[in-house]
Amino acid sequence: MPLLEISDLTVDFKTGGGQFRAVDGVSLTVDRGEILAIVGESGSGKSVAMLAVMGLLPWTATVTARTLAFDGRDLLTLTPRERRRLVGKDMAMIFQEPMSSLNPCFTVGYQIGESLKVHLGLSKSERRQRAIELLDAVGIPDPERRLSAFPHQLSGGMSQRVMIAIALACRPKLIIADEPTTALDVTIQAQILELLVSLQRETDTGLVLITHDMGVVAETAERVSVHYAGQKIEEQPVAPLFEDPHHPYTAALLAALPERATGKRLPSIPGVVPGQFDRPPACLFEPRCRFATERCRTKAPPRQGAIAGFALCHYPLTHGRPIGHPHPEGREVAA
Amino acid sequence: MFSFIIRRVLLVIPTFLAIAFLTFVAIRLVPGDPVEARTGERGISPERLAHFRHELGLDQPVWKQFLDYLWQIAHGDFGTSISTQTPILTEFTTLFPATLELAICAMLFATILGIPAGVIAATRRGTFVDYTLMGAALTGFSMPIFWWGLLLILFFSVDLGWTPVSGRIDLLYYFEPVTGFMLIDSWLSGQEGAFSSAVSHLILPTIVLGTIPLATIARMTRSAMLEILGEDYVRTARAKGLSPFRVVGIHALRNALIPVVTVIGLQVGALMAGAVLTEYIFSWPGIGSWLIESIQRRDYPVLQGGILLVSGIVIVINILVDLLYGVLNPRIRHAR
Repeated sequence: MPLLEISDLTVDFKTGGGQFRAVDGVSLTVDRGEILAIVGESGSGKSVAMLAVMGLLPWTATVTARTLAFDGRDLLTLTPRERRRLVGKDMAMIFQEPMSSLNPCFTVGYQIGESLKVHLGLSKSERRQRAIELLDAVGIPDPERRLSAFPHQLSGGMSQRVMIAIALACRPKLIIADEPTTALDVTIQAQILELLVSLQRETDTGLVLITHDMGVVAETAERVSVHYAGQKIEEQPVAPLFEDPHHPYTAALLAALPERATGKRLPSIPGVVPGQFDRPPACLFEPRCRFATERCRTKAPPRQGAIAGFALCHYPLTHGRPIGHPHPEGREVAA
Repeated sequence: MFSFIIRRVLLVIPTFLAIAFLTFVAIRLVPGDPVEARTGERGISPERLAHFRHELGLDQPVWKQFLDYLWQIAHGDFGTSISTQTPILTEFTTLFPATLELAICAMLFATILGIPAGVIAATRRGTFVDYTLMGAALTGFSMPIFWWGLLLILFFSVDLGWTPVSGRIDLLYYFEPVTGFMLIDSWLSGQEGAFSSAVSHLILPTIVLGTIPLATIARMTRSAMLEILGEDYVRTARAKGLSPFRVVGIHALRNALIPVVTVIGLQVGALMAGAVLTEYIFSWPGIGSWLIESIQRRDYPVLQGGILLVSGIVIVINILVDLLYGVLNPRIRHAR
């Protein structure tokens, strides 16, 4: 039984202009001790899907799913109170902006101790002891003194370490890290990732790493799920994904990596992710896809099997060539 | 921290000078002077008028009168009332506790109701509860004090007979003032019914004076909360699995209080202005009625001294609020 099982997760937002579907039929599983990376550009619904798992979406969001199970418990049928007993204890989340994710009015010690008090009922001295242990584990020097520090006295990297300490406080089974390094300096990024992965290995926690950085994916993830406009469009273990992407979007993403560029100009994907009012009728990637045909414009693409990386595509690629495509060399899409 | 206080206190000096100058000039721009105000319509012979004016120093040029007045103030002498011949400081210290008692009650009323109202409106944003609370706040804010006071008197005192119309306590009770606060003194006197009489006299004035601050605090709390509830750290608090009460009441409110405290501090000045009107309506024997009567009598020293003392208190309260701001906001505390 997987630790986290999501099938057909859909999230709709009520907006001024009607319903907006941010997550569209996403299915995922995460096992204990596994690192799953979710990649996709901004607006691909990757964060929203995970916020839905945590139950942190605003009231304007409607969450529906066939299964949304964590550790054998159906999250959809839990009362808010029962759910709060899981969140922050068995599943924890780390956010993108460490500097604004800590409450400026409370000390680091208080903010770490809070979940220890609420979930584990530790006494004041036990909380202090555990908080020192945690700060030490996330590599903060002089942890005893840092307990009384306020967030504005910490750097971004330090703040993210504190956030990791908060997430680890109750020894969770699953950690969701939502772009944990995006807001940090490049030098700090590697340190934080390393820390996150080493702690994850030690404690055998499941880790969901949301990112748009393919470099981060290559270095840390075991399995990768690629998202586009709210849909999961491909899922593969990390090595095969980089070697042989099956969805044209994944292929285009990888081709846009500076490390892989061969020509003088860096390849890019023309256009933008469709928004609320310009959603294509069938395949969502069709307007930006160099292999799109009339069929892609009229008929929703099928979900391919494991061999084709579960690609959501009429013409999944193998080694760069679309299977069953009338003009396999593709076309240039206008930028 | 210490240098911050010193700097704030030094900044007070020019403020005081400006206030002294404005009241000094403004009261002299009003037609009539203390002598004419006392003689009334029957008139007075020009010789006697000149004699009295000379006695009060009013025949001097205004700039000289002002400089003399400043010299006097600098020596801690606020002068004597022309109409009662009592030192102004004595009159002020006798009357001020009544005003202070009313102001404190009004502020407590406004804060205790205003902050929860703002929090509730913010968490129920866009619902019927929100619209009702904010509609009520807007109405309260727009209500002229004298009219609102008369309405309440008409309804609760005249029609229902629940509360007394005026004064601080029933005439039945008499005791020597100890603190000047009627609630405390009536309690200390041990006379049966004295305390509840003092309370019932306080209710309506408190509501009238507290309505505008209440509305302001409720609206300010709501908007501050709305902003804070969208912050990342509120999401972090929810991600810890904390109860909605802890998330809103501790994590969000603590941050929202920072702007609200500033507004409360600013309200103290408005409260003093409101107290003058409220006291007049309810015949509350505080400095409000005292100041209004001093205008009618053209009692220059009372008006000048009274306003200087009141502004002094407002300024001190504002400094205290600034210090409290530092207590609430760790970012400011460490920056000093």
